[in-house]
Amino acid sequence: MIKKKLGPASLLDTESILKDAQRELALPSRRLFAKRALTLGGLSLLTGCNITDEASVNRMLERISRMNDGVQGWLFDPKRLAPTYTQAEMTRPFPFNAYYGIEDVPDIDGSDYQLEILGLVTNKRPWTLEQLHKMPQNEQITRHICVEGWSAIGRWGGIPFSYFLKMIGADLNAKYIDFQCGDDYHTSIDMATALHPQTQLTLTYDGQILPPKYGFPMKLRMPTKLGYKNPKHIVSMEVTNKYPGGYWEDQGYNWFGGS
Amino acid sequence: MSTSILKKPVVHPLWLRITHWLNALAVIVMILSGWRIYNASPIFPFRIPSEWTLGGWLGGALQWHFAAMWLLALNGLIYLLLNTGSGRLWKKFLPLRPREVVQDMLKALRGKLQHDALDHYNAVQKLAYVSVILDLILLVVSGLAIWKSVQFPILRELMGGFDNARIVHFCAMAFLVAFIVVHIIMVALVPRTLLAMLRGR
Repeated sequence: MIKKKLGPASLLDTESILKDAQRELALPSRRLFAKRALTLGGLSLLTGCNITDEASVNRMLERISRMNDGVQGWLFDPKRLAPTYTQAEMTRPFPFNAYYGIEDVPDIDGSDYQLEILGLVTNKRPWTLEQLHKMPQNEQITRHICVEGWSAIGRWGGIPFSYFLKMIGADLNAKYIDFQCGDDYHTSIDMATALHPQTQLTLTYDGQILPPKYGFPMKLRMPTKLGYKNPKHIVSMEVTNKYPGGYWEDQGYNWFGGS
Repeated sequence: MSTSILKKPVVHPLWLRITHWLNALAVIVMILSGWRIYNASPIFPFRIPSEWTLGGWLGGALQWHFAAMWLLALNGLIYLLLNTGSGRLWKKFLPLRPREVVQDMLKALRGKLQHDALDHYNAVQKLAYVSVILDLILLVVSGLAIWKSVQFPILRELMGGFDNARIVHFCAMAFLVAFIVVHIIMVALVPRTLLAMLRGR
């Protein structure tokens, strides 16, 4: 475009634009359209359930969510650590959260508990709680971030999960690890997160045996993942290459679910 | 009539109109789904009426939010590249002098500010458009700090930690909504700006 000099010519343009616009707006249908477009009703058409109920839209969203799993896996740096905190910064009391109320927390007997090992591992021998407590432990004070947006800082102790995986001879090139839980919950994670230095088979909370409301006898604690990816009351785990999904993931929560 | 249209100068180039409307779509989806996500754990003592939200439930809202973010980010990147590359950004929005903003603001409040030339922004418009561009950048950055608080430690610290990033994200959203309300009122008052944004002239 040639830049026009300001002067009578641009004034003329302004006038003609105005005239033209007025003529067009004089059409009653256009005016009506403009009016309707500005109503809340017009806007709410965008938000209606009609869109979300469409199976094809859901399939598209599901597909984008799986693509986002890939992007997040690519973004994930296995060496980057989540921030750690001091004991004074702990959230007290640490909130209870599950897909059921606190009165339905499973009552698991630790004395006959056995952790079952399945899938691509050389040593499938099950583990008693006593054996697990005898393994090397470490501790972390990290932030638990819920998919809902709230967060809380807790102190967790247990076995570094990468150590445990090597101990049982897990195929570290497998894609997934699936967890079945004593409260009928299940979820699965990617191998890179499983091997992350802060991923922990958690046996204690704040220096005490893990209380039932936080996942007795054992949970998986990952400060790089959202709360729903941190399974509680784990009874079995399977190393696999077959996509295992999860309780919330199958309903639409993002599978990678990590930060 | 068709010849008179041809003679008129283009106010908004085609790339600008396309990125504007794609941005409008992305922003509406992000805001409405974001409101549903906010409701899952409000940071302020109020909730957004669920009829105004998109997604039906938290999982659905998150799916919409994390789908539309690609449109928002890629379209925004294209807009910024073309806008800076073509020199339009500086030509349209600079110089932005505080004195002129105050003068034009006072004029506007007395109903005397003219929206006469579509291809020239007054100081209030310049400030509003530059602010909303910066606000959208802040929304993306604070959103990244929430989504990937471990992977982007610099962004997280810049936002004052994870919990604070949510507050920044919310406030930036509120500013965007305020901008949209004023923007739509102005378009309703001067409808030919809508025509120019639709067909360029």
